[in-house]
Amino acid sequence: MKMKKALSVMLAAAMTMTLLVGCGGNSGSDSGSDTGSSTENSKEESSGDVFKIGGIGPVTGGAAVYGEAVKNGSELAVKEINEAGGINGVQIEMNYQDDEHDAEKAVNAYNTLKDWGMHALLGTVTSAPCVAVGEVSKDDNIFMLTPSGTAVECVQYDNAFRVCFSDPMQGLESAKYIGENGLAKKVAAIYDSSDVYSTGIYEAFVKEAENQDFEIVAAEAFTAEAKTDFSVQLQKAKDAGAELVFLPFYYTEASLVLKQAAGMSYNPIFFGCDGMDGILAVDGFDVDLANNLMFMSPFTPTSEDEAIQKFVKDYEEAYGSTPNQFAADAYDGMYAIKAAMEEKDITPDMSPSDICDAMKEAMVSITIDGVTAKGLTWEASGEPSKEPMVVKIQDGDYAVVE
Amino acid sequence: MKKMSKTTKSNMITYLMVVVLFIVVQVMVTTGNLSSLLQGLLVPLCAYVILAVSLNLTVGILGELSLGHAGFMCVGAFTSAFFSKCAVEAIPVAGVRYLIALLIGAAAAGICGILIGIPVLRLKGDYLAIVTLAFGEIIKNIVNILFIGRDSKGFHFSTKDSMSLGLEDGGQVIVNGPQGITGTPKDSTFVIGVVLILITLFIVLNLMHSRSGRAIMAIRDNRIAAESVGINITKYKLMAFSISAALAGVAGVIYAHNLATLTAQPKNFGYNMSIMILVFVVLGGIGNMRGSIIAAIILTLLPELLRSLSDYRMLIYAIVLIVMMLFNWSPKAIEWREKHLSRFRRKNNKTEEAA
Amino acid sequence: MSFISYLINGISLGSVYAIIALGYTMVYGIAKMLNFAHGDVIMIGAYVVMTAIASAGLPPLAAVLLAIIFCTVLGVVIESVAYRPLLNASSSLAVLITAIGVSYLLQNVALLIFGANTKSFASVVPVPALVLAGGSLTISGETIVTIISCIVIMIGLTLFIRRSKAGQAMLAVSEDKGAAQLMGINVNGTIALTFAIGSALAAVAGVLLCSAYPSLNPYTGAMPGIKAFVAAVFGGIGSIPGALIGGILLGVIEIFGKAYISSQMADAIVFGVLIVVLIVKPTGILGKNIQEKV
Repeated sequence: MKMKKALSVMLAAAMTMTLLVGCGGNSGSDSGSDTGSSTENSKEESSGDVFKIGGIGPVTGGAAVYGEAVKNGSELAVKEINEAGGINGVQIEMNYQDDEHDAEKAVNAYNTLKDWGMHALLGTVTSAPCVAVGEVSKDDNIFMLTPSGTAVECVQYDNAFRVCFSDPMQGLESAKYIGENGLAKKVAAIYDSSDVYSTGIYEAFVKEAENQDFEIVAAEAFTAEAKTDFSVQLQKAKDAGAELVFLPFYYTEASLVLKQAAGMSYNPIFFGCDGMDGILAVDGFDVDLANNLMFMSPFTPTSEDEAIQKFVKDYEEAYGSTPNQFAADAYDGMYAIKAAMEEKDITPDMSPSDICDAMKEAMVSITIDGVTAKGLTWEASGEPSKEPMVVKIQDGDYAVVE
Repeated sequence: MKKMSKTTKSNMITYLMVVVLFIVVQVMVTTGNLSSLLQGLLVPLCAYVILAVSLNLTVGILGELSLGHAGFMCVGAFTSAFFSKCAVEAIPVAGVRYLIALLIGAAAAGICGILIGIPVLRLKGDYLAIVTLAFGEIIKNIVNILFIGRDSKGFHFSTKDSMSLGLEDGGQVIVNGPQGITGTPKDSTFVIGVVLILITLFIVLNLMHSRSGRAIMAIRDNRIAAESVGINITKYKLMAFSISAALAGVAGVIYAHNLATLTAQPKNFGYNMSIMILVFVVLGGIGNMRGSIIAAIILTLLPELLRSLSDYRMLIYAIVLIVMMLFNWSPKAIEWREKHLSRFRRKNNKTEEAA
Repeated sequence: MSFISYLINGISLGSVYAIIALGYTMVYGIAKMLNFAHGDVIMIGAYVVMTAIASAGLPPLAAVLLAIIFCTVLGVVIESVAYRPLLNASSSLAVLITAIGVSYLLQNVALLIFGANTKSFASVVPVPALVLAGGSLTISGETIVTIISCIVIMIGLTLFIRRSKAGQAMLAVSEDKGAAQLMGINVNGTIALTFAIGSALAAVAGVLLCSAYPSLNPYTGAMPGIKAFVAAVFGGIGSIPGALIGGILLGVIEIFGKAYISSQMADAIVFGVLIVVLIVKPTGILGKNIQEKV
């Protein structure tokens, strides 16, 4: 009996290997130009005269929505840059790899990109994988710019930069804004205690709240395993008399919070962070629920700004949905890489390590006008310097609060 | 006498397979024929192989279904990473530190195995499965709300947030709730991994063919009969269960010391992971250690090698998994294989004598 | 007052678990397999309803019927292609792993067709919320409909199994497959029928789950599926009233745990209670005690 099993395993192995060889053959012939994830100009065959920019993010699994947005946003930027003549006349080739929102898979994706000959990395999308990739990219000295990795450790090494705000910064700014504008005296916070992003913001928020003229009357958590029912958390906030509820998490769960709050006739001010962006784009979402929702975001798709209008229009045409803040961060990230490469006249024949050294210097001297900020610059620590905006939803539309 | 030599031979083949694989890989690494992707996968592969072999001890030899194996891995990973992070300055020699970390991880997971084993091993079948699953989820939940910091006054604990640790200036947060442990030294290497696989195999294979192992298998095959001939059911069940847990802890140590960031997420320490390990075991053949090793390697490599398929990657993976299961386990497929491959089988009969 | 409010919330959450657990426990009782893909059939059912309403413009009731038919067919196809060849395999774990494969398959198919974006599911329940005690207590229409559906389904299933010929055949197959076959019962047909009913229930559960918690993405079914599995075991797996009791209790414990102990520890509390219950009563609340024979 055992022998049969051993044999069957062997057979299965043989079968898989055949399959793999088949696939391997495929990928050999068009390495990198994966279905949809590459915007390679097909005329440029040799790898010597294109910039190979890697991307890493979840495109399957529960966090796929963020990875998809970054993938689309960066691809759109690559397409525009290539059509406008590339970076100093050199085209960009993009290769976007899936990490399933898992640190180990992200390192695998990174190694895949390294085999492919990546010059610089635009990634990774989520925080924990970003920290893991940061560690290996530091050892290889490969430049990385994360569009949306918000944890402090994401940019702890000098080869890493980010486009988005860090978690502590968002928590601090949110608390300041609420306090300085006197939005409420009694504040409740609901956060995802199994999520890095959410906990990071929550902690900074509580810390800053001590300096502000409001009191945190309820702080309730939820976890990834129980994120459909928020009735208890809302009930506690309501019983504590909170006039404002702080929601530092993503719009997916926030749409449920808003619905359940409406169901129990509880109407405080809801205040979110950049993860809240995109709530109006949820298919079938009742926008009335989000009326008066405020959140801190660097990007609003309805802005009058010409560059943003163009970005939103092109994105909608290409992907059939309104871009969120992740897509916008990735779009700006790609332009930042372009600007930094042009600043130092980087050429594709340089080694990734030399490119990284040049990029480190370039990043602190460039200024770009992107869709998430005008006059966006970076500090050597890797943090961007841009002003957060507070956006308020009114009558089913975003409006910037000055 | 003949039986003995058969088992020894089969065991030798298993060890030899690991060693040959190791040599092949090492040669490829030194000659530069191995891609970075595969090089990066070597250490995780070792961890998965150990997980598969150790779960096979519970599922195949003890005959109990466990859906909480990732929980033990989680315990091993976090305790050892915690130790290494604290001791990184006190013990600068990576080898010594790693050895202690290994012992701590294995011991912690083994103790958890005993603690959970005493009450739950009297449950059977799917009820045991659900309790182990529940246990794994509890571990994950607790790790996610655990905050441990250190300053000149010693360690501080909290289950709320890092502010309530009350650390003085210069204090360091070591376990930071959902953010877990960042900055664990990268001490795991492929060589250590392979040595640990061999040790794991040695423990499990020897246990299988020892007096205790036969007692455990007797319990699996007929509990009441085993009890009636005087086998101490609880003792042997606990023994198998806690060894299996301790080995999962070892895998956790390897895993934790391979990545700079250790977080307890559904993906790596939740029931998804436990199920994934179970898939290795069942696909490789229940009770068949060699099969577990092969299945763990194939199923870990498969999604990585399918990367060129981009969006269809996980879809193909799912289909391959279903097809392989049908091919390996369906009575009709087994019959068909025997009919068409009997010649191949006869030829291999001599070498394929798995016990 | 907040106690009653928590209790109501617990019951509404529990009723959703219960309705999923009914399908789970039904399949387990007859086919003796844990159908890990059950949660994903729920997700598919919800997507069918949403697409039918949004794209084809069907009225909600017709869309729900369409989803029931679709899921029934899907369930039968899954059973005949992926599960039936393994029903006589030498280990019952083989079919469990295949079910996991099917679960991955359904998730990834949905991911490719519908994308990763979470969609908001417009409630198809036309019942208005019940407001009690001058507005301080609200029972949503979805809760009322879910609980009524649960009870109707439970009674319907019990009657079907006790009274109809096909139901008796199911009972016989669950007791002893071999003997049932010798008595002239079509075992494969009976198991297929079980999957058909189980999947139809999954479609109903999908509609109610997404009406109560209106967010739908390819992974929506996974966690409720596991929770329902827990609920089914809690109540005694294979027992139809047990699924209802287990589901409701699980929901109530989850809410009370969050409300009175710690909202961070909700999962640990739920699973901890489960462990205690199973240690005290190893086959769940309404489970039959299995007599061991030598």
